[in-house]
Amino acid sequence: MSFYEEIKKYALFDFESFFERIDVRDVRKTIARSRLSERDYLILLSPTAEQCLEEMAQRAHRLTIQHFGRVIFLYTPLYLSNYCVNHCVYCGFQVNNKMERKKLNFSEVDEEARIIAATGLKHILILTGESRKDSPVSYIKECVEVLKKYFTSISIEIYPMDEHEYAELIAAGVDGLTIYQEVYDENIYSELHPAGPKRNYRYRMEAPERACRAGIRTVNVGALLGLNRWRSEAFFTGLHADYLQNRFPDVEVSISPPRMRPHLGGFPPPFAVTDKNLVQYMLAFRLFMPRGGITVSTRERAGLRDHLIKLGATKMSAGSSTSVGGRLDFDSAGQFEISDERSVSEMAMMLYSQGYQPVYKDWQMISEEPP
Amino acid sequence: MEDFLKIGDRELTSRLFLGTGKFSSNKLIPEVVKASGVQVVTVALRRVDTAFEEENIAAYVPGDCILMPNTSGARNAKEAIRIARLARAAGCGNWVKIEVITDNRYLLPDNYETIKATETLSAEGFVVLPYMSPDLMVAKKLIEVGAAAVMPLGSPIGSNRGLRTRELVRILVEEIPLPIVVDAGLGRPSEAAEAMEMGVAAVLVNTAIATANDPVAMARAFSMAVKAGRMAYLSGPGEIVDYARASSPLTGFLRE
Repeated sequence: MSFYEEIKKYALFDFESFFERIDVRDVRKTIARSRLSERDYLILLSPTAEQCLEEMAQRAHRLTIQHFGRVIFLYTPLYLSNYCVNHCVYCGFQVNNKMERKKLNFSEVDEEARIIAATGLKHILILTGESRKDSPVSYIKECVEVLKKYFTSISIEIYPMDEHEYAELIAAGVDGLTIYQEVYDENIYSELHPAGPKRNYRYRMEAPERACRAGIRTVNVGALLGLNRWRSEAFFTGLHADYLQNRFPDVEVSISPPRMRPHLGGFPPPFAVTDKNLVQYMLAFRLFMPRGGITVSTRERAGLRDHLIKLGATKMSAGSSTSVGGRLDFDSAGQFEISDERSVSEMAMMLYSQGYQPVYKDWQMISEEPP
Repeated sequence: MEDFLKIGDRELTSRLFLGTGKFSSNKLIPEVVKASGVQVVTVALRRVDTAFEEENIAAYVPGDCILMPNTSGARNAKEAIRIARLARAAGCGNWVKIEVITDNRYLLPDNYETIKATETLSAEGFVVLPYMSPDLMVAKKLIEVGAAAVMPLGSPIGSNRGLRTRELVRILVEEIPLPIVVDAGLGRPSEAAEAMEMGVAAVLVNTAIATANDPVAMARAFSMAVKAGRMAYLSGPGEIVDYARASSPLTGFLRE
């Protein structure tokens, strides 16, 4: 059964009345459990659990140190292309936004890769808009060929693909997939994606499963926070991660809790997600999946990110740019505004000062035989 | 007579092996090694970056230690074999700790794939130390295919739960003529001492040392516990009996 079928059992679930029945004792008992059920996870996402954030934080911190050590994995995004055929009303790259469109050619990819590699980073996340005409699988594959010279781990955050396409990219050297469902509520999803291939809710939702079947090594899922009430979105994201970990036990599963940021086109987030909400989400997820990764991007401001290191985060971006050719002095608009402008070395210094090791390399490409 | 642990062609005096993945800084590694006298240090090849000297974990392992790369991240024998070959090509020597894990929730090893990887790599001249779930038949197979030692887990990696596999490890100690190195799960020096008292040849510790508030002091504590446990084993501890030595034995009259 795919995750799409799996979450149907929650179609009529009434989150509000579930939350109303939770009292503080339920929360305390749940925090102490060694293995949390789906229901337990939801208890920790309840408004009542806000009263126990410090207890959750202490446990989450201990679990994170125990399973991941005193380290934070670093990566950076590289935008290859912003051509896009989708109409996502909340995104800076959507087709109706009048902006200069740009796609890096291979020598530009090489140049930007060289700039990034000079910071010591070995993990790269490549991104494109959804356009099979402008950034087809063959283009991405060629970019991967260029990037392999500089990086030991290449993840993709691009349009959802068929299993054989994932297999093709994995064979070329891709080892990680990031794909956000954006919003797990199917009705809201269809309102926010009025046209374009992204309208297909199910095809997107099952993309991580297809990548896992194709042999991907890491998957990262998430909901874009602000598009719906965050508690149920956090719940479904956790369930999605748990589903993938159960079905594909050898895959490293992680989540991102991205909050909406200002961008070209200025769609204001319909639902507020406060810092406190974000923290509660991360802590609840850590207790639910002690070995699950949590990625925190530069969408969040520096001061907050510094605190999140001790609240379950395992992976962070640094030296980011969200525009195509952003490190090559092209003057194009970014997908969204970043909040933490620190360079890789500034991030590293901050981590060391907090007693954490910045890890630049945590994978060795093994798709090819050694010499 | 000196008490050596012989693995491959090396004779070791320290029976504490060190893992390195969880330290707050690589700079702690040489300090921990110095404080504990560790001679074998394992490093995940996935973390080794020979192009970035300052952050290259392998560069922090003192030169007089045996650098034992491990195949962390391998999901099958084929990947473990590739990682081991890459490690050797990167100048990490010919020792390798095989780690094949297909279960990301508990990080339990895949014994079947581990045997396959051990067979290929031993034949290629590696000194192979496979991480395994303690199982007598698997350990026997590992001997057959050329393992230099076997490394059963005490409890899941990073769990600090101690020697939960005690009975199974005890059987390995009794039946397997290779060094048994308890790897994973030991959370406290007393647990390391307990394993050593049972007669295991060595223990490997990472989480308990790296995540302690004072890793250097904790490494020293583990080192002392391992030595104490070894000494106790060699001096032949008294048998554990479940009855008191009665001062007026019931069968005493038979000897009269």
